[in-house]
This record gives sequence, structure tokens and C-alpha cells, in this order.
Amino acid sequence: MSTTDTALVSAHDVVEAALAVPGGAGRVVLVLDSSDAELRFANNTTTTNGVRRTRSVTVVSIEEVAGGVAAGSATRSGVVDVADLVRTARDAAASAPVADDASALLSGTTDHDFSDPAAETDLSVLSTVLGGLPGAFDRAAKRDVVLAGFVEHGVVTTYLGTSSGTRRRHVQHTGSLELTARADGSRGTWAKVGTSDFAGVTLEQTEEDLARRLEWSAHSVELPAGRHPVVLPPAAVADFMTMLYGYAGGGQDAEDGTTVFSKAGGGTRVGDRLGELPFELRSDPAEPGIECIPFLAAEASGASTSVFDNGLQLERTLWVADGRLAALQYHRAGAQRSGVSAAQGIDNLVLELPGATGTVDDLVATTERGLLLTSLWYIRMVDPTSLLLTGLTRDGVYLIEDGRVTGAVNNFRFNESPVDLFARVTQAGASTRTVARESGEYLSRTIMPPLRIPDFNMSSVSPAS
Amino acid sequence: MASSSGSIDADVLASIRAASLEEAARLGATDASVRVEEIRSQYLSLRDASPETAMDDTELGVGLRVVVDGSVGFAATVDLTQDAAAQLARKAVGAAKVAALARSRAVELAPEPAHGQVEWSSPFQIDPTGVSLADKTALLADWSRRVLDAPGVSHVSARVLAVSELKHYADLAGTTATQRRVRVHPSLEAVTPDADGGFESMRTVAPPVGRGWEYLLGEGWDWASELEALPTLLAEKLASPSVEAGRYDLVVDPTNLWLTIHESIGHATELDRALGYEAAYAGTSFATPDKLGSLVYGSDVMHVTGDRTAERGLATVAIDDEGVTSQSFDLIRDGILVGYQLDRSTAAVAGYDRSNGCAFADSPLHTPIQRMANVSLQPAPTDGPTTEALIAGVDRGIYIVGDKSWSIDMQRYNFQFTGQRFFRIENGRLAGQLRDVAYQATTTEFWGAMEAVGGRSTYLLCGAFNCGKGQPGQVAAVSHGAPSALVRNVNVLNARAEAGR
Repeated sequence: MSTTDTALVSAHDVVEAALAVPGGAGRVVLVLDSSDAELRFANNTTTTNGVRRTRSVTVVSIEEVAGGVAAGSATRSGVVDVADLVRTARDAAASAPVADDASALLSGTTDHDFSDPAAETDLSVLSTVLGGLPGAFDRAAKRDVVLAGFVEHGVVTTYLGTSSGTRRRHVQHTGSLELTARADGSRGTWAKVGTSDFAGVTLEQTEEDLARRLEWSAHSVELPAGRHPVVLPPAAVADFMTMLYGYAGGGQDAEDGTTVFSKAGGGTRVGDRLGELPFELRSDPAEPGIECIPFLAAEASGASTSVFDNGLQLERTLWVADGRLAALQYHRAGAQRSGVSAAQGIDNLVLELPGATGTVDDLVATTERGLLLTSLWYIRMVDPTSLLLTGLTRDGVYLIEDGRVTGAVNNFRFNESPVDLFARVTQAGASTRTVARESGEYLSRTIMPPLRIPDFNMSSVSPAS
Repeated sequence: MASSSGSIDADVLASIRAASLEEAARLGATDASVRVEEIRSQYLSLRDASPETAMDDTELGVGLRVVVDGSVGFAATVDLTQDAAAQLARKAVGAAKVAALARSRAVELAPEPAHGQVEWSSPFQIDPTGVSLADKTALLADWSRRVLDAPGVSHVSARVLAVSELKHYADLAGTTATQRRVRVHPSLEAVTPDADGGFESMRTVAPPVGRGWEYLLGEGWDWASELEALPTLLAEKLASPSVEAGRYDLVVDPTNLWLTIHESIGHATELDRALGYEAAYAGTSFATPDKLGSLVYGSDVMHVTGDRTAERGLATVAIDDEGVTSQSFDLIRDGILVGYQLDRSTAAVAGYDRSNGCAFADSPLHTPIQRMANVSLQPAPTDGPTTEALIAGVDRGIYIVGDKSWSIDMQRYNFQFTGQRFFRIENGRLAGQLRDVAYQATTTEFWGAMEAVGGRSTYLLCGAFNCGKGQPGQVAAVSHGAPSALVRNVNVLNARAEAGR
């Protein structure tokens, strides 16, 4: 990785400069320095690419107003006039009503590396994968296979400072290799690998995974819509769980009666059993392999996030424990009002059935007849009351007969709720690192098991291949 | 209109343009284009008339795309200095050289003449990003209270997105352009619990538009009437029966049909998708180039155009992000596929003489890719029917208003949409609302069953701010004009039954 070569002043100096501007009852300054490198390919050739250096500076100003305190914020990128940015944030706060998410700013924690420069990346991090591309394209062309995909690496260095003494810094590396392959005239297939540093990630390895699936696709089977037994691979489970986390994770929303976790007559369904199997759904900044930022760094408040909570240490949180809904997200002020513990969204997600073992292949081996899916796509909420989601199978639906894959099946549109899946799942395998095809773009740090669902609702056939 | 360079000093801008393009040329670039952009985006949301989220984000940066020896490279930075601009050229050329190592065919850009100096602004009266947060909050709070005070409404969420975009473009061919685009998207949703532990909601159907803050003050939309009607519409929906699944004739309002157009026509007629360049991400298209001129997309009343010229259109510009002037063109004529949306590289691959101007980057930090024009279904040419007349032609059907849930497969065949308001049609008349309606069809089957389109009086320009495509992901705003349309015999699902309830 290259050293810093930009004329941008050090991020920690920006934080200190913005905190030093006088005025206001409190202030939070957040600087995100990002560096990215990526390359796309399709039709067995490289297409677009990019290398990018960005910075965003957010100032949250807290002002005393009639009846309490108000917050206002403003964000700008690049070389920022901090005095002007502080003024904009202060003006926003001064014209805002009393904040109903107000809490005292947290004090104290100082990271020893706060003054270190931002980390950077460039295309050299991807060199092993990029070096494998010409060979992969050659091999594909010889077999009438078309490859398309994307490889990216990014690093975000977060600097957070508050007028109450907090100085936090965190470096987060995120990378992935995504590959699709399609043999002439047959159905395509897909794989994606998540990684922070590309150590041990090669194109050849992913190519091999896809080669086996392309062989399965040599025989094609048409099946009708209906409720089918399916084996959901970890990537598909990750999409369902991320949607559950994103759409239905908010405590205030549940109390307002607008999510699947709202209780009839008021309150939330925390404590309710979702299914018989003792699943655990959790987030933990220290989760091995998918470590993530361990403190809150929020540019703006939301239903369950508060700018007043910036710097809050994020702890291991069980969202579902022993098969029961265990927690919803609240900022500190909301948690106090509702008499629950504050819990923040965390940038990773793990679903695990304690004691479960076995891979996707093991689940396939014990399936008499069913479908093995590869990935899901275009997943959208149909009905928030039940968290009914619609979407499509993509790049690989396979028929399982007597414990082995015997062919590729047409794609389907599904209508399913991840909450109902907890009630109907009959078996899980061991949890492994995976990236959701769709929601992995926003939450790429996931560890998920494969699941067996005996009656997955395939609503109609999709002719897409 | 305004030709201000925003917060970017004119001399700094000139030095960045010159330094990046000259260094790119010196390093062997045959084509290079640089964009210095300042994009101010504001988002404000209120829950039950109290502010929940307020964001005010100004993105300022520079991006350079080069073509060197038949390979493309892109680099971007937020560091707006002459030195950084020259370094950007070295990085972009470096990226092109990396891409060249695994390049199976040379990248070519379809020719485009130089257009000299272009200045353009979308029409607006009040820059919405210049309106104070206090004024914005006050207006949304007033809207919220009007609805919240009505009987039967338990919660109201109101929000507005406002964007003011200033883009300075320059290329080696000699085109320079300064363009400002302004857009707003206000919306308000009312919610109330139902008897069995769930809830119903009703959202405004006012489209996002290329207008200023004056839109929220009543210019171009009758907010007072829509807000006044919302509680009653919600109460009626709450009391309405759940739809019986089956086949229905649909009269689809433009506030719903725009999204069906976007998904099943807009994306399907993007040439990069049709050629396979989005195979790993956004997907491909069933409407492949071998079917151009012969694919029966829909019935013969179907005339679909693409344009980047429509007044107040969200995809409207004077010149695109590859220096191509904006155009208007046919995509589907008399129900037959006749055209594609192009950028310069896909145009060259497919043998077109010229791009039709559909290159766009959502940020100075992203490379331009082919993005959607305003793709619109044209109304009936003369004396076309009103929506009421279309409804009068239906014995048993549903009139669908407003968009909600949407999903379509990666080749743009199988789609499923819901909506805000579903009115039962019985013997040519509206007969109360229905709940839980979702319609599902295959693209060509749906458009093939379109018996009639409404006249000019039913036509409305709708659209979205959040069309996603590309890796890394880019978001684009796009408008879609549509008349009301009558589509026969469409498969309607009951969403509640789909959830196994």
C-alpha cells in the first residue's frame, strides 16, 4: 500500500481545528478519510476501473435553545473551511427544535493512534487477482464461457472528536471479489468472496467453484412455481438476515406499530419465540474475521441512532437469542424513555445455530428432492407487517435428487418473510463468512449458515437465465 | 441562468482542467475528460411533526477519465489543487495500464464533435438547498400536523430530498461545459394500525421533479388538496376488503406506471446491459441487439421514447458526461423495439455512428457509465381517452395509483409491483378501495396486453432519485412520463396470502 501523497492536511488536525472554533454547548467532529481501488470486467475483458481518495468532514453542533438543547449538522468533502462548516452546523442547530434524542456527550476515551495518518490503498492490493485475469479469460474463451465480475478494495479511516474529550480513530479495510460465469446457451452462476486484505484470495479458486456449478448446468430442468424444499446457501441467508436487521431492527418503529416486531395493542415483540430452533443472531465489533468499527460514528440522527451518542462503545449484541427476539435498536435517549437498554446498529451480522455442523454440500447430500439456490436478487419489501419480501433467484437454481445435484432449474420469483423462515427452518449447517449478493453492498461482514426450508414460496417462474 | 462556479474559484477550476488534461495528453491519452463537481444534497425527515434526521452534505471533487492505447482509466480526488490534478492524470493513466494487462479488445469511443463552451441550468426559482432548515422544518411540520390532526391517523412521516448539482466538464476534444441541475422530492406518509395487529399506510403520489423549492409551495402540484385527501383515503383503505387473487383488467395511473416503465423498459433498453457489461451486477436484458427492429415489445399503441431534453426531467442536461449533446430518440415504436440508450463506448461496440448522450456519473468520484435517459410512454396522439374513459371500458378491474414495492429479474422479464391506492372497478365505475394488491407479469406479456393509452390530459412526468447501477454503485435521478393505460387480464396476487396469512 502506498503512503499518503495528498495535499490534504492531517485528519486529526481538521478535528482539532473544528473543535477549537469557539461557541456552542457541545460539538462532535467526524472525519472519514477513504481510499478505494477497483476494477470491473465483463465479456472476458476489463471494462471500467477507478482509484479514488476522498474525505468527508461532519460537524455536529449542540446549542442551548428554549426548553433544552438542539443539534444541527453539516457535511462537506475535501479541503474544508472548518470555521464555515462549524457556522453552518451552528445555524442548523440554532433553528432546530429541542432534540428528543438528546443525551450528555460521552467523555473520555482517547485512542493512542488518533494522530496517525489515514490508511490508503491502490490497485496493487488487487495484483494477485488482476494477474490471474488474462489466464482466466483465456480458459473461459476456450470453453465458450463468458466471465464478468468486480474486484475492489477500500479503506476508511474514521476520526471522531468531541468537545467532551473523546478522540477515537479506526481503520476499516473492506474488499471483495465477485465473479459470474455463463457457458454458451446455458444458465449462469455466481460467487463472491469477502476479504479485508486479499491474502490467500485467488481468481483460480473462485473459478473452480464456478466450474463445478457450470457442469451442473449442462442438464436443464423446467419446474413450476409452488412451495419447494430448498437449501439456502449462506449468501442467500445473509440477504434475508440483513434485510431483517435493516428493515425491522428499530425499537421505536416497532413501538409505533409499523414493523413485524410490533406487538398487537402496543409495545414490541421482544421476548417472543420466532421458531423452535435456538438460533442466535448477533453483531459484535470483535467477531473474528469480520471485525468492524467498535464505536458509534454517526453523521446524523435517525429513528434509533443519535448524534449525541457519538463515540459510544459498541458491544456484542444478541438480536435473537435461543430462538427468541432478544433486542431492538435504540439510542440512549429512546432506550431510557422505553425502559430498555440502548443498542446500536453494528457493521456486521452473524447467524448461528449452536452446535450446527456441515456445509451446503452436506445439506445437499441429505436432501431427497429439493432445490439448491445460489443467490437472491432485487429483494424488496412487499408488506412490512409480516416483513414479506419479494425477489428473485439468480445465477444458479439446482435440482437435488437423492442427495446429489442432477441439473439446473429455471429461476423463480419468491415471496417470503425472513421472520417466517425462523419458524419454518428445519436444519442449519455451520456458519461461515459470506457476502450477500444484494445487501452485501451495504453490510459485507456477515457469517451465516446454510439453511433447509421445507416449503419455500416460489411465487412464479422467471424466464431470466 | 446562473453561470456561477459555486464555491470553486474560476482560476482554480481553469488550472485543474488544464493540469489534468495536459498531463493526460503528455502521457499518451487519446481521449480525456475531467469533471469538477460540487453537489449539495439535503435530506430532512420528520416523524409526527418532529425532526428525526437532517443531513446537509456538500460533495466537492474532481474525476478524470482517460483512454490510453485502447484502455480506460479513471482516478478521482477531493484534493482540488493543480498538483493533485496533474497527479490524477498519472493515476488514471496508471489504472488504464493495469486494465490493459487483461484487455481482450480495445476500447473505442464513438466520435463526437467538440461543442465549445456550453452553459446550462435546469429551470428553477428557489434553490432548495438555500432554504433554511428552519423554513424547511416549518413547512413539513405544517403538512404533518394537517394530516396528523385528522381522525384515524396515528403516525405521519414527512421528508424532503433536495439536490443542487454544479458540474464543470472539459475534454481534450475542446468541449467545456458548466451545468447546474436542481431537484426536489417531497413526500408524506400517514399510518394507522388495523384490527389484527398490522397497519395500513398511505403516501402522497406527487412525483420528484426538476424544480426548486417553489414546488413545495404549490407550483406544479396541488399539495393542499393531496394532503387534505390523504386521511380519508387511508381510512377507506383500512376499511376495504383484501383483494381476491386472480386475473383483472388494470387501469394504471402514471403515478404507478412510471415505475413499471422504468424497470421493464428503461433498464431493458440500456445497450450496456443488452451487451452483457452489467452481467455481474445490475443484470442483462432480454431485448438483445439481434432483436432490434423485430422484437414485439408490446401492443401497437406502445410508443416509448428516450430523451435528455424534457422540461423539468430529472435526467435532462445540455451535454452528457462524455461531451455528447442531449437528444431525444425512439426506443419502441408501434410496439416494436427500435432503439437503445447509448454511451460512446457501447455505441462504438454496436456500430452506431454516435452516442445518444446517456453517459452519466453520479459524483465527481465515479467514472461515467451508461445511465438512463428520461424514458417515457407517449400518450395517445389526438383526442386520447381520459382516465375515466379508460375505467369506463372495464367490467371487473382495478385502478392502481401511486408506487410502492417493486422488483424485477436480472433480464427484465418477471416483475411484481404494488401501489398506494387500489380502486375496484365494477361495470365501468370505481367501487371503493382494495387492500393487499400486487400485480405480477412478464414484460412483453404485460405491454402486449395494453389495449389503450390515455390522452395528453392524463400524461404526467414522474420519476425517482434513486436508480442504482454499476460497480461501485452509482445512483441516478430519472424521470418517466406516462399517460394512464388500460392493460387487460393481468395476474393479481394477494400480498397477505403470499405471506402465508
